[in-house]
Amino acid sequence: MSFNIEWTGEFVAFFVLAVCAIVGAVMSLNFTKVVHMTLSLAFTFVSLAGLYVVLNAEFVAFVQVLLYVGAVTILMIFGIMMTKHQDEGQEQSRPLLETLAAIGCLCLLAILIFAIRDADFPAAATALPADTTREIGKTMFAKMAVPFELVSVLLTVAFIGAVALAKREEEPR
Amino acid sequence: MNMLASYLTLAAVLFCVGLYGVITKRNAIIVLLSVELMLNAVNLNLIAFAKYGVQPSITGQIFSLFTMTVAAAEAAVGVAILVAIYRARASVNVDEFDELRR
Repeated sequence: MSFNIEWTGEFVAFFVLAVCAIVGAVMSLNFTKVVHMTLSLAFTFVSLAGLYVVLNAEFVAFVQVLLYVGAVTILMIFGIMMTKHQDEGQEQSRPLLETLAAIGCLCLLAILIFAIRDADFPAAATALPADTTREIGKTMFAKMAVPFELVSVLLTVAFIGAVALAKREEEPR
Repeated sequence: MNMLASYLTLAAVLFCVGLYGVITKRNAIIVLLSVELMLNAVNLNLIAFAKYGVQPSITGQIFSLFTMTVAAAEAAVGVAILVAIYRARASVNVDEFDELRR
């Protein structure tokens, strides 16, 4: 791997968005208040949506904003509201566990980076179709129709299950 | 360094940050959000390969859409379980959720 980076527009956009994503993720580990962590991770999700736009995946970028920033983060904020968080920041630290976790994660990161450096990625033979949203629609409802319906069944089952789980149980009489 | 390797490296960094959060954080909501971050890193890999892989095709983006759907279902069920446990135990500390170990 060589570091002779050509500063094309795509690389500049990638660099800025990647820095935003990593800063959001790392800051979320550092904050003490749970709401701050959640909003920091929402920042990371927005940066990832920007990266998807850079990667010609506009539809996935909009789904990312709708689903992660709009739904998952708000759901987590509701979860925070429904639970109590007065004792945050007063928990005793666990230096042994944190050190071991940091060592393990850094080892995994090093292995992954070395694997990526050693891998040989041949250049793409063809190009992605220009209008990816149209192509997604065509493929999704022609070739992937059955998985699409199965996913809708999975979503229905999961949300009914979530409602059944979170419903307040009646007192036994 | 070509663009694909850059995207894969960014995804690896995000995945490791999410893994560290899952292991060390004690608030169950933050653990769930860290799992979402790891899933997002995998999605980034899928979309990067959809553009820069040997055979660029739309299937990678469709697969990432399916991953996002499953992640949304996981988050909904996770928060529901969390609310149910909080009602029973009045705590969101994952270290205290050890009924199955006793």
